[in-house]
Amino acid sequence: MVQTLFGPQEQKTSLFSRLKQAVSSTKSQLVERLDLVTEGRQEIDPALLDDLEATLIMADLGVKTSSQIMDGLRDQTHGGRLQDAKEIRGVVEQEILKVLEHPGNGTAKRTVPQKPPEGQPEVILVVGVNGVGKTTSIAKLARYYQEQNRKPLLVAADTFRAAAIEQLDVWASRLRMEVVKQKAGSDPSAVIFDGLKAAKSRNFDPVIVDTAGRLHTKHNLMTELSKMCRIASREVPGAPHQVLLVIDATTGQNGLSQARQFIEHSGATGIILTKLDGTAKGGVVVAIARELALPIQFVGIGEKIDDLIPFNPRDFVASLFGA
Amino acid sequence: MFEALQDKFQQAFKNLRGYGTLTPEAIDEALREVRMALLEADVNFNVVKALLERVRVRAMGEQVGAEFTPAQEVVRIVRDELVEILGHDASLLTFSKEYPTVLLMVGLQGSGKTTTSGKLALWLSKKKKRPMLVSCDVYRPAAREQLAVIAKAIGIPCFAGDGIDSPVELALAAKKDAADRGHDVLIVDTAGRLHIDEPLMKEVAELRATLRPSEVLLVADGMVGQDAVKSAQEFHERLGATGVILTKLDGDARGGAALSIRHVTGQPIKFIGVGEKYDALDVFYPDRIVSRILGMGDIMSLIEKAEEKIDKQKALEVHQKLQSDSFTLSDFRDQLAQMRSLGPLDQMLGMLPKVGMLKNVGKVQVDEKELIRIEAIINSMTEKERRRHDIINGKRRKRIARGSGTSVQQVNQVLKQYVQMRKMMKTMSAGLLGKQLSRLKMPAGLGGLDPKA
Repeated sequence: MVQTLFGPQEQKTSLFSRLKQAVSSTKSQLVERLDLVTEGRQEIDPALLDDLEATLIMADLGVKTSSQIMDGLRDQTHGGRLQDAKEIRGVVEQEILKVLEHPGNGTAKRTVPQKPPEGQPEVILVVGVNGVGKTTSIAKLARYYQEQNRKPLLVAADTFRAAAIEQLDVWASRLRMEVVKQKAGSDPSAVIFDGLKAAKSRNFDPVIVDTAGRLHTKHNLMTELSKMCRIASREVPGAPHQVLLVIDATTGQNGLSQARQFIEHSGATGIILTKLDGTAKGGVVVAIARELALPIQFVGIGEKIDDLIPFNPRDFVASLFGA
Repeated sequence: MFEALQDKFQQAFKNLRGYGTLTPEAIDEALREVRMALLEADVNFNVVKALLERVRVRAMGEQVGAEFTPAQEVVRIVRDELVEILGHDASLLTFSKEYPTVLLMVGLQGSGKTTTSGKLALWLSKKKKRPMLVSCDVYRPAAREQLAVIAKAIGIPCFAGDGIDSPVELALAAKKDAADRGHDVLIVDTAGRLHIDEPLMKEVAELRATLRPSEVLLVADGMVGQDAVKSAQEFHERLGATGVILTKLDGDARGGAALSIRHVTGQPIKFIGVGEKYDALDVFYPDRIVSRILGMGDIMSLIEKAEEKIDKQKALEVHQKLQSDSFTLSDFRDQLAQMRSLGPLDQMLGMLPKVGMLKNVGKVQVDEKELIRIEAIINSMTEKERRRHDIINGKRRKRIARGSGTSVQQVNQVLKQYVQMRKMMKTMSAGLLGKQLSRLKMPAGLGGLDPKA
């Protein structure tokens, strides 16, 4: 692992081509199916549209979002503006791009990231259900900020899961970063308190807080998260300035429910979409962007430490649909 | 976990009621709703398609019996088909004749292999097995420590294998050590891997070939979406999975993955993970789950009314006690004890059909300590008092409160609950709902909890 993570870096390729490579499986799933669907058919018939809808559903966009996109398409075919089956891909592309660029379409309320006061550290809380890749994403995120010449501090506030603290510790030493931790089983809010004190006195920025994975339906655990936010804001005004919800690209429609609860209890400001290097498409983030106005900030596209890149809707859709 | 799907089904078939005959249009409309519900529940698109096609064909050819309305007929067919996919009976673990039986845990990253390995070890130790754990995850930081910590917490030995960093060597050394120490089961936790990661898939295939495990258990996240089929299929083809453990089903995920994975691998779901605690692992009962998916009180009870003709005798036996007023405080206590032995109460309540007077039962906040207190109170009564609650006067109440370390108010409350419950159970048995409960292998004694609370 150390080797794969820190071994000779391949020539740094552009973000765009790396993302493109990562979503090639997504691409093969969605785009090639679309091509297959449209191939050899010039007329746009209802069966073709049904096949298209199926393709979107299989990408985990969800029934609602898929039918919204399909409705847009049907309007255009009825209006006679869209006649060639070959144009369909472009239209679908535009529809998805529209959703991703304007999450919630301006209607839904959305928590935006705050700026910390001058001279105070930015506090980033990383949350999510169990097993989505929070700790690994934090290591990658820390590396990302390190590369921007900032001085991140890691806070091991997952005091619940066995060996979670050790896991973050291993990452910290690999990255030559400091980590604030306490014993397993201690109060996560207390760890955050310690972390923020340390950050303020020794000028760390940003402070990246790892939290225990929790199912969004466990009321007491979600309340614990609210408490952690409260404690953070007491130490640093406006903290946590960013709350990043980690969502596993294999997640189905439950992602919506997760996002809804994490927004409510921790004021999530954005999404880290992980495991995009598998065959899963992560289409649920389109549904989340549409219904809950939660934008995607970063995507995890591989096992290497640099495999977390800022999300760019244009690039994403372009690499999804581009030639 | 399947509640949301249930709701959808209820909605779907509410719309279908009122059709006089089972017309193709009626079937189409019902199936459109079912399709939507299943897709939103993350059942794979192709699986949904296959399921609905079978339902449609059967529904068309089916004679609508005199006891059924057309809507019920469609429900019955959907139910049958779901049972068909999920299998009829609970599927158990296979053990080898030679010690130790090896269980190989495989799956994607973050599906919950390590936690589930620990849960499975605890479950086996409760079944009088002597399991041992080993982690072959040499990749993820602190993965081996994680299993060691879990092992310590549940009091199960974990093979350390310090200094060994090859998964195959680790597993072989652990197997030998387990045999030497007389452990009859070895649970091998492996690193999470993507099904398209060729080197890692090769590695786990090699593990499988060398270890010759009795079971290759695919651990899958219950919240997974359409991609579930692809990874499950790949793991199954490469490794010949013998069973599936579906995790994180204590959330509100609709768990459509259960249907999808079963459908593409043909392998049974053996266990489900239902909580953060190490004992939160349940044997998977397909029929129970299907009842829950389709737990649509009114329609189901009507269907059962039709079936009652065959089952009447049995149903009568089950509820004789309630109807004949011979349901005593001792019975009440026995049922509470039985209930507690079945697991956390909120989960049990979740299994009940959400209809009629039980509509809000899933939302009841249940305090386990409350049950212990009720037991203590009943334990402090005399035999006679337990048989005849009406003789319990003020003086007796005081004595019972003292004996059980509670207050008179609390004793009063228990007596009130008991009376309420008798009343409720009578209504329920009359309304046939009780029969549904007994079908779910549930003790009927849930009435003490006021659903409106």
